Amino acid sequence: MTHQDPVRRRDFLKTTGVLTGLLAAGSPWALLAPSRAWAVDLAAFTSSEGEALMAMARTIAPHDKLEDAAYAIVIQAVDGEAGRDANLLKLFRDGVASLGSAFAGASETERVEWLGKIESGAFFQTMRVKTLQFLYSTPMAYAHFGYEGEAFSKGGYLYRGFNDLRWLPEVPLADSGPVPVSG
Amino acid sequence: MAGFDLNDDGVVVIIGSGAGGGTLAHELTRRGIKVVLLEAGARQSVATFTQVPGDAFVQLSWLDPRTQSGTWSVAREFPTLPSWTCKTVGGTTVHWTATTPRIREWEVRARTVYGDIPGTSLIDWPIKFAELKNYYNLAERRLGVTRRNGIPGLPASNNFKVMYAGAKKLGYKRVHTNYLAINPRARDGRGFCIQQGFCLQGCTTMAKWSTLYAEIPRAEATGNLDLRTQSMATRIEHGEDGRVNGVVYRDAQGQEQRQKARIVCVAGNAIETARLLLSSASGKFPQGLANSSDQVGRNYMHHVSAFVWGIFNQPVHFWRGAVLAGVIEDETLNEPKRGFVSGYHLELASMDLPTIPLVGLPYGWGRDFASIMEDYRNFAGMLVLGEDMPQSGNRITLDADVKDANGLPVAHVHVDDHPNDAALRKHAQDQGVKLYEALDAKRVIRGNTTPAAHNMGTARMSADPRDGVTNAWGQTHDIKNLFVSDGSVFSTSGSANPTLTIVALVLRQAEYISRQMSARAI
Repeated sequence: MTHQDPVRRRDFLKTTGVLTGLLAAGSPWALLAPSRAWAVDLAAFTSSEGEALMAMARTIAPHDKLEDAAYAIVIQAVDGEAGRDANLLKLFRDGVASLGSAFAGASETERVEWLGKIESGAFFQTMRVKTLQFLYSTPMAYAHFGYEGEAFSKGGYLYRGFNDLRWLPEVPLADSGPVPVSG
Repeated sequence: MAGFDLNDDGVVVIIGSGAGGGTLAHELTRRGIKVVLLEAGARQSVATFTQVPGDAFVQLSWLDPRTQSGTWSVAREFPTLPSWTCKTVGGTTVHWTATTPRIREWEVRARTVYGDIPGTSLIDWPIKFAELKNYYNLAERRLGVTRRNGIPGLPASNNFKVMYAGAKKLGYKRVHTNYLAINPRARDGRGFCIQQGFCLQGCTTMAKWSTLYAEIPRAEATGNLDLRTQSMATRIEHGEDGRVNGVVYRDAQGQEQRQKARIVCVAGNAIETARLLLSSASGKFPQGLANSSDQVGRNYMHHVSAFVWGIFNQPVHFWRGAVLAGVIEDETLNEPKRGFVSGYHLELASMDLPTIPLVGLPYGWGRDFASIMEDYRNFAGMLVLGEDMPQSGNRITLDADVKDANGLPVAHVHVDDHPNDAALRKHAQDQGVKLYEALDAKRVIRGNTTPAAHNMGTARMSADPRDGVTNAWGQTHDIKNLFVSDGSVFSTSGSANPTLTIVALVLRQAEYISRQMSARAI
């Protein structure tokens, strides 16, 4: 991966790797971000290790229309944890090495087959949990899956659709209760 | 708030500030009794609660290490987290879903009604339902339970509309928005439910009852409460006479302290309560405190629980609204012809996006897993909750190898499924599947059994001291001034979410302790 300007910044941050990509054209994130290009610095992993882990995360949870940036956030979080935990770093390093250099560029069918062979091991199991833990917490995932999240600042869902389902009958009042008009 | 001297031997020390300990602290202090309340966790408030699920999990959960064994699926799927409870002021009432059904009349006579089920250690409760009922009435008023005492039910959410329509197709009759300790209207100085869907992260309107803001501030206002936060009890001490006389704990600075006591009440939730009694073993009580029967830690119960998720072709947005605001009560009966004794509730359930792949869905990855997640908007959900059988070998012990940050052995949790538990779980999940299929669900998923939210039985009440640890008031058979004040005392689990029963028992216990103190009996 080639870069010009991030190099000095990476030295300053003592990073060892970087993941980069472009937000999809027309993505809501592209409208908000100053530029469609994104870069995530890695402190523990090299760029090629990061790319292999990113391919692994996409194989574990393949959502075709979910931004690469969401998966990069997963790798950034894992990188942070590995930087604080030498055992975890070794687990990931050795695991990525065992996948081989062709993994990141392989087809999904091949990646699934390779991961299936190491599925019962600690490396895959740890990466599976980390992927689920971090991926579905990203703002990109919230938007992609339609999850609206934090509710208090918007007055809860009481007047924002908690009972707006119309494809089934309404529940009789005797088995439910009145919607409060005011407290 | 009062501050009592470490050498004040007239105080009652309560360990744990949840449904049991927090309510007991209020009940004793309002009667003029001095209480030192030790809470291992920190104090949060509506200002510090977070609706970022991962952050709330770390902020509120009990995450000290524990170990596990047994055939129960949680031991494999959540090896480091047998139980999901809280370590914070207010205990598990901060993240509970506020579901407050009563135990049924026949459930307190489990041994008599179910008979001699092989492999179980069933007993009857040493308390008549008619008496328990009086305290349920008090507890329901105290908590402001919906659909009781003229308080309306919560309105129907999208998720409940699905449950209701499916339940009617199956012919179920007792289906409603549940008995909940959640205000549908502002009440008792607390706000009303604005359907946030973040019951588990701490209720920011305080619509949901919690000892954190409903009981403990009132106890503090009496001037008789000394609440010590981030204070982890490590040992209960006793004198030559065999009565307990103090509690050793680590304070917020990590310093060891020793608080003298007239009475000690343990309310650490059933795993920690058993651990503390066991780790307080001494020359006089080599098996641990109150353990001459060898029943401390045994008969651990956790309820049969499992999710069912219905995925539809249209949106449900099930995360909007109070999490457990719905129930089907038609299966809450003992009908052995179903293939098992005891009964279950089918309760509404939803789960936020970050948590559901980790906790709610069965193990998976790849395209099939991702396709389930793609339909997150279209999920409806329910939680199966049934009675589990007490077994002598399902127990909390002290781990021989693993130590906590204080160097003390952690709790080891051993759980084997009983055939009755497995049959009940299958029947209940089958009914859930049928319910969603009756509405032409696109797919139905049998979800996980999650880490136990309900922990019971590890210091159970028994008429015969050989069968349990405490009498009908939670007073230990062995030591008159040592009490257990949480779900540990349940003789059997029943099929009801336990908090209302814990509160009812503690209201009764507080009267008893107060009378016994006045009579100088303890």
